[in-house]
Amino acid sequence: TMARVLVGVKRVIDYAVKIRVKPDKSGVVTEGVKHSMNPFDEIAVEEAIRLKEKKFATEVIAVTCGPTQSQETLRTALAMGADRGIHVEIPADDYVKTGPLQISKIFAKLAEQEKANLIILGKQAIDGDNNQTAQMTAAVLDWAQGTFASELKLEGEKLTVVREVDGGLETIDLKMPAVVSADLRLNEPRYATLPNIMKAKKKKVAKLTAKDLGVDLASSIEILEVADPPQRLAGIKVENTEELVGKLKEAGLV
Amino acid sequence: MVLLKVIPKVLNNSALRLSALYPCISFYGGKKYNFNLGKTRFSTCSRKGASFARELALGNLNMKWIFPFPTLPSEDDLSELNQLSDAVGRFFDEKVDSKKMDEEGKFDPEVVQGLKDLGLFGMQIPVEYGGLGLNNVQYARVAEELSSDAAVTVMLAAHQAIGLKGILIAGSEEQKKEYLPKLATGEWTAAFCLTEPSSGSDAASIQSKAHLSDDGQHWVLNGEKIWITNGGFADVMTVFAKTKVTDVNNEVKEKVTAFIVERKFGGVTSGKPEDKLGIRASNTCAVSFVDTHIPVKNVLGEVGGGFKIAMTILNSGRFSMGTTVAGQLKRLITLASEYANQRTQFGKKLAEFELIQEKIFTMAMQAYAMESMAYMTAGQMDIMDSNGEPQDCSIEAAMVKIYSSECAWSSGSECLQIFGGLGYMKDFPYERMLRDSRILLIFEGTNEILRLYVALATLQYAGAKLQLRLKALKAGSMREKLTAISDQFKEEWYLKTGSDRGQVPDPSFSVRSYSKTKSWLDPSLIPMGEMLEESTLLYRRRVYQMLRKYGKKIQDQQLVLKILADAAIQIYGMTAVLSRCNKSLILGLRNADHERALAVAFVKKTYRDNYLIMAQLAQVNYDDYYLMQRKVSNDLMEERRYLCPHPLEVTHKYEEHPKYLEQLERIKAIKD
Repeated sequence: TMARVLVGVKRVIDYAVKIRVKPDKSGVVTEGVKHSMNPFDEIAVEEAIRLKEKKFATEVIAVTCGPTQSQETLRTALAMGADRGIHVEIPADDYVKTGPLQISKIFAKLAEQEKANLIILGKQAIDGDNNQTAQMTAAVLDWAQGTFASELKLEGEKLTVVREVDGGLETIDLKMPAVVSADLRLNEPRYATLPNIMKAKKKKVAKLTAKDLGVDLASSIEILEVADPPQRLAGIKVENTEELVGKLKEAGLV
Repeated sequence: MVLLKVIPKVLNNSALRLSALYPCISFYGGKKYNFNLGKTRFSTCSRKGASFARELALGNLNMKWIFPFPTLPSEDDLSELNQLSDAVGRFFDEKVDSKKMDEEGKFDPEVVQGLKDLGLFGMQIPVEYGGLGLNNVQYARVAEELSSDAAVTVMLAAHQAIGLKGILIAGSEEQKKEYLPKLATGEWTAAFCLTEPSSGSDAASIQSKAHLSDDGQHWVLNGEKIWITNGGFADVMTVFAKTKVTDVNNEVKEKVTAFIVERKFGGVTSGKPEDKLGIRASNTCAVSFVDTHIPVKNVLGEVGGGFKIAMTILNSGRFSMGTTVAGQLKRLITLASEYANQRTQFGKKLAEFELIQEKIFTMAMQAYAMESMAYMTAGQMDIMDSNGEPQDCSIEAAMVKIYSSECAWSSGSECLQIFGGLGYMKDFPYERMLRDSRILLIFEGTNEILRLYVALATLQYAGAKLQLRLKALKAGSMREKLTAISDQFKEEWYLKTGSDRGQVPDPSFSVRSYSKTKSWLDPSLIPMGEMLEESTLLYRRRVYQMLRKYGKKIQDQQLVLKILADAAIQIYGMTAVLSRCNKSLILGLRNADHERALAVAFVKKTYRDNYLIMAQLAQVNYDDYYLMQRKVSNDLMEERRYLCPHPLEVTHKYEEHPKYLEQLERIKAIKD
């Protein structure tokens, strides 16, 4: 069977930008700061497009959830080669409180609606670093999951995933439909060429709300404070093991 | 003098104000102005072919240029343009190792292929020929990202901004179909071959020759071109050579013709790549043509019309230097301010010292001004007149080029200074950026030539319009002479007394309080508008004085022309800055206060600098100083060495000399 692939993309602060915490500690400064597609999502999009180019997939649909500006990220996915896009519009105020649980419910509903049988997501977003959305989506749909994928092979109904785990590499076979989360070494994403960026204008982008999908965005998590990590203090050099133990005892650590 | 006593009283009497005094209005190019006090007046300079700079010389501010500041048609267009630019910027950040390419003196082939894949070889080629079809504003925006690596920028510019531009501007449909598609993908690359060993700035004196073959099917080209960017590998070249042309009087003259020459036509040899100070990765070499046979269908435009094509090509690409350099300055500001916030000396961060702050401030101010000027020019170039012809923005484009190239060099040097010793080391990119920027003042028309062009082109226009008044002064009837004198007087009076004088006869920026009009300009910018108006009038006055003094001989007064050109550039900068700041205030853009402060600082500084510049032309200052300058320069050029005797020459005899002893006595007397 051919796969119909749903790919999730998120608009995040560009990885090269120096993050600054807002003075009121409610979050980080996003106004006027450069944003781009989450790097792991780029890898996910690239993999989906390669599947289509190798004729293992019929259609690649890019999905994003967020306020109006999230559309920019969709357009990048379309410029890379996705066939069409879906923008689930979430107003900025609600978006701040939205997390992996709500997003996974949205993806699940969309997968059903679009009759997708493969969802590829980035393993985590570089702003939240949650590493939960792929796993939760699979759970909501009761689909197989292959997370931290560094290699992907589709043969008929069987999806072979090589996963990067603490101990090394783990190879598993999944029965479709499945959710995969992309890790760094899965592939090297292509650059969206300027002609493709201009052609992407003509590709369809559908707009929905969470309500249209019947998903409740209520969250049981509240962000209390966002603060800088403590300044790293200088270390000291010790001459030998005795001195080391002595210092550790002094600090009350042993 | 009767006039002196009468005029002040009359000016203060609003009822009599104008009609009595200005029967001479027709002297201003034949256009009668209605003076309906209390109604909003916009200056509408709709004279055909009059660009901003030309109108400026007559003291008119062309509102079509000023308002509105160029905008994109929609939010989507802006978003797409930003996406295009970000894609380019990202490629340069991640894939282009400028340091390595500079050291090796050549491009990484993977980088070049990446640029082709991105679509950067056909940015301004229309979509139907496989290009991106970007207009001038869009191209200017993308160019901001290219300047990450100057050698790449120059290579791309040589390919499309000049190399193939001729085919775009003057090519026939067949020529476009044949060449543009492969040039757009980068399968073929292009070069622009005009300069020769003995013909640089003096492009009309080129000596390459082409003659028709006996069967009339080919032009046979012979000549040597030097300093051709991409000359080592370009497949398609726009080559300029002299051809014999029979003109209307049946005289045979040699005129320049433009040809599209393919390397495969044969007889084309490229010399070794030049070892350069900067943009070292780009290929620059001599290209020689020996009996190269060019099919007659490859003549670009008309036989004998090549010079005009060359100038049009060069004029069409210049403006983008403004955004390229602005992009570079913005990058330098990020790097330098980051460093200044980390480096501490004397217990303080460098960022807290005024001398360091001044450098960053100057860079920001210059970047703001040059991008405002560049986009204003690009926006005007995108506006076609009713015949579908683009406007002539060549003077403004030249002004952008002069300003941005000089800022690139001076600010590059100041930025390097912020880093101190580190700036001087090859481990850091600042010395490379400085070296790369030096060429900007030389190619695409040296800044000296462009200043002369800016000055002479505006003077030519102004001269034609002021001719009537000048003639009247010299040879007119008594009444005409008097009206000419009173016009002059009125201007000087107006300038001396500033605001609260009668309405200015020429269409004005309409910002002066006395003009009783609701100014269109944002209220906080009105004082700046007044400064701009004053600078313009002062400039016009000087233009008139110089024309009156020298007449046609002004062509040889290069020092005067340089001053006039500098003033015009400053005023264009002021105008662009005000127009853009006004737009930001209308839209309530982010950091509007910061932007306004920067814009105001620029206008104030430029206003002051302009007065100093123009003061050099005042009678009393000018004559003596420049006479001295001429004499000394002539002596030096003739003797070809420094002529003054050495400071230490015969000092031992100095102290015995009776004159010295006399002076010594006098000095001792002062002390007592």
